[in-house]
Amino acid sequence: MKSGSNLERVLEAGHFAVTAEIGPPMDCNGEVVLEKARLLKGCADAFNITDCQTAVVRMSSIASAVLVMREGLEPVMQMTCRDRNRIAIQADILGAAALGISNCLCIAGDHQSFGAAGRLKGHPGAKNVYDVDSIQLVSILKGLRDDGRQQGGDEVEMRPPLFIGAVWTPLGDPIDFRPFRLAKKVEAGTDFIQTQGIYDMELFRQQMKIVREMGLHERVAILAGIIVPKNLGMLRYMNSSVAGVTVPEELMGRMAAARKAAGEDKAQARRNQEEEGIRITVELIEQARETEGVRGVHVQAIEWEQKVPEIVERAGLMPRPAPSPAA
Amino acid sequence: MIVAERKPLEEIRGFIEGFERVLVVGCGGCATVCLAGGEAEVKIVGSALRIAARKEGRRQEVLEDCVTRQCEPEFVEQILARVKEEGVTALLSLACGVGVNFLAERLGDIPVFPGLNTKFFGATEELGVWVEMCAGCGNCMLHLTGGICPVARCSKSLLNGPCGGSTDGKCEISPDVDCGWALIVERMKRLGTLDELAEITPARDWSSSPHGGPRRVVREDLRELAAEAEEKSVAASR
Ligand code: SF4
Ligand code: SF4
Repeated sequence: MKSGSNLERVLEAGHFAVTAEIGPPMDCNGEVVLEKARLLKGCADAFNITDCQTAVVRMSSIASAVLVMREGLEPVMQMTCRDRNRIAIQADILGAAALGISNCLCIAGDHQSFGAAGRLKGHPGAKNVYDVDSIQLVSILKGLRDDGRQQGGDEVEMRPPLFIGAVWTPLGDPIDFRPFRLAKKVEAGTDFIQTQGIYDMELFRQQMKIVREMGLHERVAILAGIIVPKNLGMLRYMNSSVAGVTVPEELMGRMAAARKAAGEDKAQARRNQEEEGIRITVELIEQARETEGVRGVHVQAIEWEQKVPEIVERAGLMPRPAPSPAA
Repeated sequence: MIVAERKPLEEIRGFIEGFERVLVVGCGGCATVCLAGGEAEVKIVGSALRIAARKEGRRQEVLEDCVTRQCEPEFVEQILARVKEEGVTALLSLACGVGVNFLAERLGDIPVFPGLNTKFFGATEELGVWVEMCAGCGNCMLHLTGGICPVARCSKSLLNGPCGGSTDGKCEISPDVDCGWALIVERMKRLGTLDELAEITPARDWSSSPHGGPRRVVREDLRELAAEAEEKSVAASR
């Protein structure tokens, strides 16, 4: 065991892992995080705590991670390279480990110009950092854990027991380069991968075939990302505007039909689409599960977290393996 | 070259408003090449400032000049002499920021104002379009990336890109910005060197970049040559 985290144990034991996501609030209301934690408790093996996602200031991922631990959930602390240099990153990692956080997901982070895709003001005038990139960040964490060395070379007496994660966008451009980028993340020392949301399972399977041929699935635990679609508008938006996400016509057609079936009744149209969205999600989870080399799913229900328990239940993935004694 | 763009005239006018005798100085180097601060632009800015002063009933004289390069002592000499001889009370430099700094260090109590916004190190893509290509990081790594710069041309300066935001060759920040890493991958494919990207580029030492503090380059061989020449001329004059 590298970290002894619940997520690591579940994967080690050969279970099909489930992770979900908790987005911290844009203020200091810890109750919001605790409330989400209570809603989601027991439906996943670990919960990603996003780190100022879409370049919007939110309660820090470390603090939010500690809050969900109070409710008995295991966090996956996300750490972007956008906002911290290697000094701050290592300091935060050591602090997080001291607080009992053992899963860390290394990401580059959305560029500061993103500002929630224009829905919020954000801080487009901010100076970014990007002292290291996500692959270098993985190497740094591995160095702290396995070699007892800081990136600069100084010794680390008590090594942080970390389960190191990274993100993979299997269907991003340039698509033929994507498996190689995964290989670099694995080479750097990633223990687990969570992918960008996948709707086009056909294309994903083609990428996974290449990944298997490269033997990467044996060196890293790949969790397929599933983003729960709430309605047709969201699917269309994801298809046109989210990098690395393509939504097959068939799924959009199903959502359109669900909406149409309600006729003029708007409330019914909303309910129909939500139900269809959950059905699609459950199917995607099943398809991911059947894909060789996929060892879990990462379910993202953006601002709809309360639906995750039902989804995991309907996908036949409940109950989750009992949490490790350490968690 | 160093690419710059002229500041709005309104802003420039504000800088020099209270000065009686202003010298507008262009630069024959990069600022001329990128059509921002050469002889032609000095004339345009000079006339515009004179017209504005007349309109507003201000007593202001606007003089014009343009030197070969504002970043070398020998060319700047003539400006300093003119300032003294003609009683210039303020300068407006149409060079890049280097020219402004260089003059400021030599002008004593005479102020110098920037007429340009200095943008980046770049190239002319087509007439009227300049693109950033180098960030002056101080330790060039283009041998690793097919000659395309990840520091300057990736919005996150990723050294092991591309990130998940790359779409159809464009960067996640805007459909108008090329993804530097898409260019690198494409280029290395052509060169048949794509497999070199399998190598992880480790965290960089940024001390060679502006993050290491203001930089200087010292060439001892040239300094020795200069010292020798100096000695000879002293000996000859004895
Ligand atoms: S690697 Fe550095 S020196 Fe070379 S082109 Fe890029 S920024 Fe300029
Ligand atoms: S999309 Fe391309 S250029 Fe933009 S940040 Fe990502 S890798 Fe860099």
